[in-house]
Amino acid sequence: MNIIVVGLSHHSAPIELREKLAFDANRIEEPLRELVSLPAVEEGIIVSTCNRVEVYAVTRDIAGGIAQIKRFLAEFHALPFDVVEPHLYGYHGEQAIRHVFRVTSSLDSMVVGEPQILGQVKAAYSYAAEYKTSGLILNRFLHKAFSVAKRIRTETRIASSAVSIAFAAVELAKKIFGDLSDKTVMLIGAGEMAELAAKHFVTAGVRDMLVANRTLVRGERLAAEFGGRAIRFDDLPDHLHKADIVLSSTGASSYIIGPREAAEVLRRRKLRPMFFIDIAVPRDIDPEVNGLENIYLYNTDDLQGVVENNLEQRRCEAQKAEEIVAGEIGQFAAWLASLEMVPTIIALRDRFDEVRRTELAKTLATWKNLSPDEQRRLESLTNAIINKLLHVPINVLKMPGQGNRTDLYLDALHSLFNLFPEMPGEDQGEPGESEE
Amino acid sequence: MSLVLYLAVLALYGAATLLYTLYLVRPHDAVGRISRWVLAAGFLCHGSFTFSRYLEAGYTPITNLHESLSFFSLAIVGVFILLQHRYRAAILGSFVTPLALLVMLSSALFPAAVAPLNPALKSNWLGIHTITAFAGYAAFAVAFCAGIMYLLQEHFLKNKKLGPLYRRLPSLEILDDMNYRCLTIGFPLLTVAIVTGAIWAESAWGAYWSWDPKETWSLITWLIYAALLHGRLTIGWRGRRAAILAIVGFCVLLFTFLGVNLLLPGLHSYR
Repeated sequence: MNIIVVGLSHHSAPIELREKLAFDANRIEEPLRELVSLPAVEEGIIVSTCNRVEVYAVTRDIAGGIAQIKRFLAEFHALPFDVVEPHLYGYHGEQAIRHVFRVTSSLDSMVVGEPQILGQVKAAYSYAAEYKTSGLILNRFLHKAFSVAKRIRTETRIASSAVSIAFAAVELAKKIFGDLSDKTVMLIGAGEMAELAAKHFVTAGVRDMLVANRTLVRGERLAAEFGGRAIRFDDLPDHLHKADIVLSSTGASSYIIGPREAAEVLRRRKLRPMFFIDIAVPRDIDPEVNGLENIYLYNTDDLQGVVENNLEQRRCEAQKAEEIVAGEIGQFAAWLASLEMVPTIIALRDRFDEVRRTELAKTLATWKNLSPDEQRRLESLTNAIINKLLHVPINVLKMPGQGNRTDLYLDALHSLFNLFPEMPGEDQGEPGESEE
Repeated sequence: MSLVLYLAVLALYGAATLLYTLYLVRPHDAVGRISRWVLAAGFLCHGSFTFSRYLEAGYTPITNLHESLSFFSLAIVGVFILLQHRYRAAILGSFVTPLALLVMLSSALFPAAVAPLNPALKSNWLGIHTITAFAGYAAFAVAFCAGIMYLLQEHFLKNKKLGPLYRRLPSLEILDDMNYRCLTIGFPLLTVAIVTGAIWAESAWGAYWSWDPKETWSLITWLIYAALLHGRLTIGWRGRRAAILAIVGFCVLLFTFLGVNLLLPGLHSYR
């Protein structure tokens, strides 16, 4: 049995193609069923996000499986195979295992360390489990991939720092104020960026929000969205001192807050700290404001610097994560290889024993004058021959740490002796069951 | 017996300092937990050491520099353990334990022998006066550490230098709150120490206040902390200003404690 990966991602295909190949999560049953009905595919799941469309499958026939899935991806979306094919990659063996471990650990992501991908693969897996297109091997494989991702998350700091400007601002605010739930955020200007940052602040626990916008209606709409209050832009000076965090993004052509205004606000606040976030270009807040005691001013470039810094740190942490992945691959590959061993050994014994019994029965039928004792001796003689013959091959099969060779032996045995080993029951490793 | 305990305390504080420094580099929960246990063990030994010394001498063992420094260190660790419970900020230990170790080590510089009590100190006031004074000092010592941490974190945030130490230090608000909390513990204790000292002085020397250098410097220290407390409550001296004052206050306090004893002759110069 082999695990194969076929698909495309932001590394291999432009967005125009990725969106054409994307699967709709609400109508995933049909493609899943079609996938596992492919002759070479035993089990399969489909992962479809905005950055990747991938199929993870279990097959006996690596080349056939990969080819059939490639064709399936093109045909299901009614796209010409020649257009899609150059962007598709197909992995098998350790490469396939490594790929999936890297995907769930967010090492293959556009922004390394972003946490969404794990949830997306988990969702894809739960669909496959629901429609029973994943079985013993994929269940075990994905649980392993999830546990590798978890290990990397706890043992490295790959996802511990913000990599978007809005989120970096929230993290800074937490380093200034600690708990944000009793703090007030004021939005000056109600642009898209301000809205995004406000959303992050609300998620971080901020409950009180003021919105000052030149067009009051737009301000009121935004305020309503976050359960805040809108104020008239001209009343800003009367309200500024209420804000702990000021997020400014107006289209003003000159500074709207200078050191003098800020000092006055600070006096009214009895020196309580303030965090000014200036994401307007041109800037809204005079940089000199940062020189005032207990005021912290960050503009777009400063925040971008924080993000760059964090990204650099993530790249360092990614190195450690790659090592963890490398260590886990061998373990899973060994399990996969051992999977068919026991059934094959049983089938091999059964095949030999079947021959022995048929031939023995034939002989006994024609050899009438044998005593029961002599019959028993004949029986044990034939048994002994079989055991002797099978002793070495079975020991070799059971020997641990042979890597890919086990696969080779198993394949050879299956075709040389025409074996159809019975695979372990598909009732094990149900979805939702956690990795041991 | 007490020498063994004394050495155990030094060893455990040394180990705790190393562990808390390691925590600064590798902030794993396990390291923090072990550091906490090692320090707690040191604190217990230190408490037993002080108590055995009390039994041996028959008076509160804070009568010379060796004893006072040791008790000062004990109180610093005690205040830190209290605060650590409240703030769950193990990183504070990376700043406090080296200080406690340093104070403890410096106590070894002074003769440790238990001597017959100086007749001037034979009083029921000895215990309450010295214990409150050093407990207050300890609270200010922790405020000093919180102040340094605040200035560091503030520097990182102001200058946008967000390195590993920035990530590990708590938020400014928490550091400022620690500072305030220590002030509210230390200030009443220092006040009690000064008042009991005055009452004791009246019965021992015949005057409540005689402008002895120790008294003068204690008053200066007290005024600094009083100003900090007042400024904080009325005009909002917080953050940077409070941190700087806590640091200045502690430096003056150290002079009151050590400088006066060692440099200025006076009624309080107990070695």
